Amino acid sequence: MSGTGSTLNHRRSTVNRLSAENVTLAYDQRVIAEQLSVEIPDNSFTVIVGPNACGKSTLLRALSRMLKPNAGRVLLDGQVIQSMPAKKVARTLGLLPQSSIAPDGITVGDLVGRGRYPHQGLLRQWSAEDERVVQESMARTGIAELADRYVDELSGGQRQRVWIAMALAQQTPLLLLDEPTTFLDIQHQIDVLDLCADLHEEHGRTLVAVLHDLNHAARYATHLIALREGRVIAQGAPKDIVTAGLVEEVFRLRCQVIDDPETGTPLVVPAARGTRAKGAAEKAGAMR
Amino acid sequence: MLVESPPEQRAETAAAPPSRRAVRAVGLLASLVLLALVALASIAIGAKELSLEQVWHGLFEDSGTYGDVVVADRLSRTVLGVLAGAALGLAGSVLQALTRNPLADPGLLGINAGASAAVVTAITFFGVTSLSGYVWFAFFGAAAVGALVWFLGGSRGATPVRLALAGTAISAALFGYLQAIMILDDAALGRMRFWTVGSLASGSDSTIVQVLPFIVAGSLLALALARPLNAMAMGDDTAKALGANLNRTRALSMLAATVLCGAATAACGPIIFVGLMVPHVVRSFTGPDQRWILPYAAVLSPVLLLGADVIGRIVARPAELQVGIVTAILGGPVFILLVRRRRTAQL
Amino acid sequence: MKTNRAVRSPGGLSVRLDVRALTVVVVLLLTALTASVVLIGTGDFPIPAGDVLRTLVGEGNAGQEFIVTELRLPRVLVGLLVGASLGLGGALFQSISRNPLGSPDVLGLGQGATAGALTVIVLFSGTAGQVALGALAGGLVTGFAIYALAWKRGVHGYRLVLVGIGVSAIVTAVNGYLLTKSDIVDAARAVVWMTGSLDGRDWDQVWPLLALCAVLVPLVLANGRGLRMLEMGDDVSYALGVRVERVRLLLMLSAVLLTASATAAAGPVSFVALTAPQLARRLTRAPGPNLAASLCMGAALLVTADWVSQRAFGAEQLPVGVVTGVLGGVYLLWLLVTERRAGRI
Repeated sequence: MSGTGSTLNHRRSTVNRLSAENVTLAYDQRVIAEQLSVEIPDNSFTVIVGPNACGKSTLLRALSRMLKPNAGRVLLDGQVIQSMPAKKVARTLGLLPQSSIAPDGITVGDLVGRGRYPHQGLLRQWSAEDERVVQESMARTGIAELADRYVDELSGGQRQRVWIAMALAQQTPLLLLDEPTTFLDIQHQIDVLDLCADLHEEHGRTLVAVLHDLNHAARYATHLIALREGRVIAQGAPKDIVTAGLVEEVFRLRCQVIDDPETGTPLVVPAARGTRAKGAAEKAGAMR
Repeated sequence: MLVESPPEQRAETAAAPPSRRAVRAVGLLASLVLLALVALASIAIGAKELSLEQVWHGLFEDSGTYGDVVVADRLSRTVLGVLAGAALGLAGSVLQALTRNPLADPGLLGINAGASAAVVTAITFFGVTSLSGYVWFAFFGAAAVGALVWFLGGSRGATPVRLALAGTAISAALFGYLQAIMILDDAALGRMRFWTVGSLASGSDSTIVQVLPFIVAGSLLALALARPLNAMAMGDDTAKALGANLNRTRALSMLAATVLCGAATAACGPIIFVGLMVPHVVRSFTGPDQRWILPYAAVLSPVLLLGADVIGRIVARPAELQVGIVTAILGGPVFILLVRRRRTAQL
Repeated sequence: MKTNRAVRSPGGLSVRLDVRALTVVVVLLLTALTASVVLIGTGDFPIPAGDVLRTLVGEGNAGQEFIVTELRLPRVLVGLLVGASLGLGGALFQSISRNPLGSPDVLGLGQGATAGALTVIVLFSGTAGQVALGALAGGLVTGFAIYALAWKRGVHGYRLVLVGIGVSAIVTAVNGYLLTKSDIVDAARAVVWMTGSLDGRDWDQVWPLLALCAVLVPLVLANGRGLRMLEMGDDVSYALGVRVERVRLLLMLSAVLLTASATAAAGPVSFVALTAPQLARRLTRAPGPNLAASLCMGAALLVTADWVSQRAFGAEQLPVGVVTGVLGGVYLLWLLVTERRAGRI
């Protein structure tokens, strides 16, 4: 995938389904990004990384139609996303937002079922197809046996899976995830990321995720976009772009980049300071 | 008395440029002067305008002229305004610090409504007619509603929205109760309809004398709580780490707020938004330090209250618009503005 | 999914049914109707239930016919319609504000309608019909003002609640002022109106309410699905293709209209809008706004409360608002206890 990743950077947006063209993004009067252009390669697992307040969540919100750009446009399947009918977008683009509220007393099955809303209508409230898709989504995310449990009783990791199942039930070819691993412990973080990787590989879904952990991003992404202060610093396959130089430029962190012994993808190892650096103790001893 | 500030904090306040403290002290003095001016205006302005000479005469050379009588009457009213204003301002500051909720106001949280309902009950069912009698009912009403709102709003997990809702719901219930009394008892209707709106017109000397000790006691308690409230502002865990005794601080703060609100409401009827607006204004130039917020609030709240009273007397000449209405009409838009300015996450 | 069933037609249409919720709705409807029949039979001339039914069908005797159709039936119909409107309006408000205490009584609509009514009574000494119009206008203006003031690139539930509280405080003060400005006779009349009462309601109140409900209730129920999605948060609803702002505006509009007209008809009957949706939810045990159940619960509650207000105090008849006020107070305390037990305290 890495080869296609870098050549895609030179292609025009008519190839990719989702892209942002020269967008200016702002909240009230605070401008987050100006003249930002981003392409999401089809069938990729794209991850957007960057330091706090670089605009990664903002960009994702703009791509998902939740934030209207002050200038420029976001295109989905060649059309400006803001002018498309809401349900049509919802059938093409799924979103796992950062903030979601599980209504009191709702069961897992019910919540996942709500993901079918874009496919339903006043007289088409619950077809056999809906039932099948919901069962399938719950099986894919490993929560099928929790179907009758109440969502507020579940653990953080389980709950995140339920929300992912709901997004899956929407049956969209593109899926956007806003920091899906925050507040989860390491085991569940890897679980969720593995699940995302499966979803990407099996049906060629396009996934776009915002992750705050650079190493996770480097391990799972097929296409990485590094932002700083609203500008794209680099984009491409992790193997191609994750270098010590990039990390220093984007995160202001000195490091060395080695190969992950499990996956071969880049692994960022932050530089150690003072006495914690390997060999520093000997150096200090030698200096005395 | 209650919390030793840790070494870093002490060093900080010592290192805080003496100029800043000096500025604040000067500001406080200026506020006192402002208060004196507003008080003067309160005595001079009204249905009958008095010249400064007449005011002077009335204050210092009282010889029974008509002007002197008016001055004496307005003087009582002004003194009551100062006391009630200070009480409400301090109660509001304490409540805002206690609930960590910038939208807290004793009126909005139903505490004043609780006090009023209790007073009405005392007058109607227990035949208590003197203020020093029913002021104790007012305390009880204020405390009961305060506790109820706290629990209904979710106590530890109380967000500004839940507290405000709980307060309003309980006020609605209490008001329904008052209405029922007014329907069943015609005499009560005659009395009570003037009492559901706060007013300084009831300011007689005996009222002042009876309510003064409570307000003074409550104010002293509130001022003494400045340091512990500073500690509490940083969150329960941090406060405990700093050595603050949370439960004692909470209890004493509630006590102070109850006594102050109860006394003010017993004397004047329910007045809202004073305790909300003044701490906000004060915070904008003192910062979050309760050791400055509380004294400023105590001085500037009477300025607001007396100012509202004066406006009420000017606007509706020769009759008067009760101060409770003026503060509501002034404070409502301010409250809404404050709500609009905050991001929803903070609500 | 436990009690959910789907009914499917061969043409690909399907309807989702929650068996328990449906049962609750039917039971509440029957309760409301039974209470209505009993209420019609109550009064200075008691009429047994059987006779009431016969009269309604047209086979009663002339004397009973007059009492039933001219005096009592319209009152009961107003009670049913007002209760239903308040129940539904309350459910909408609580759902949009995402808080069980976010009801139109608390958010200032009742106060606004009162202001309109008081203005008519105190300043114009108006007739009952004019008072009702004043109340309607007051409620509508207040509702729109609250929505407009809370609007900031969209309306978020919490801001709506707080603005409502602010507006309510202002209007309450104005009402207090109007009360002090009036003479004692007007004041007494005002206080009675402010408590909410079904006394003397006749066919003039029934038709407008019926027409409004006939239009709004289906409209609201049709948008119930969108509202259910809204409860999961704006982001999720947006992602699912709900037109968040449009749905919210439509439902708010309907809620304001329903509440304002109910208040115009019967005065600000307290706490029905607050308690009906919560009680309905306890019965159906279904998450979501429970619109139909709240509607029926509101109707049942008000008619029952009216019956209580007529029978429970012997010779002295209290306005129904007093009974619902007591109900509301008890409910608040009960809410306190259950919240405490649920460990949320």
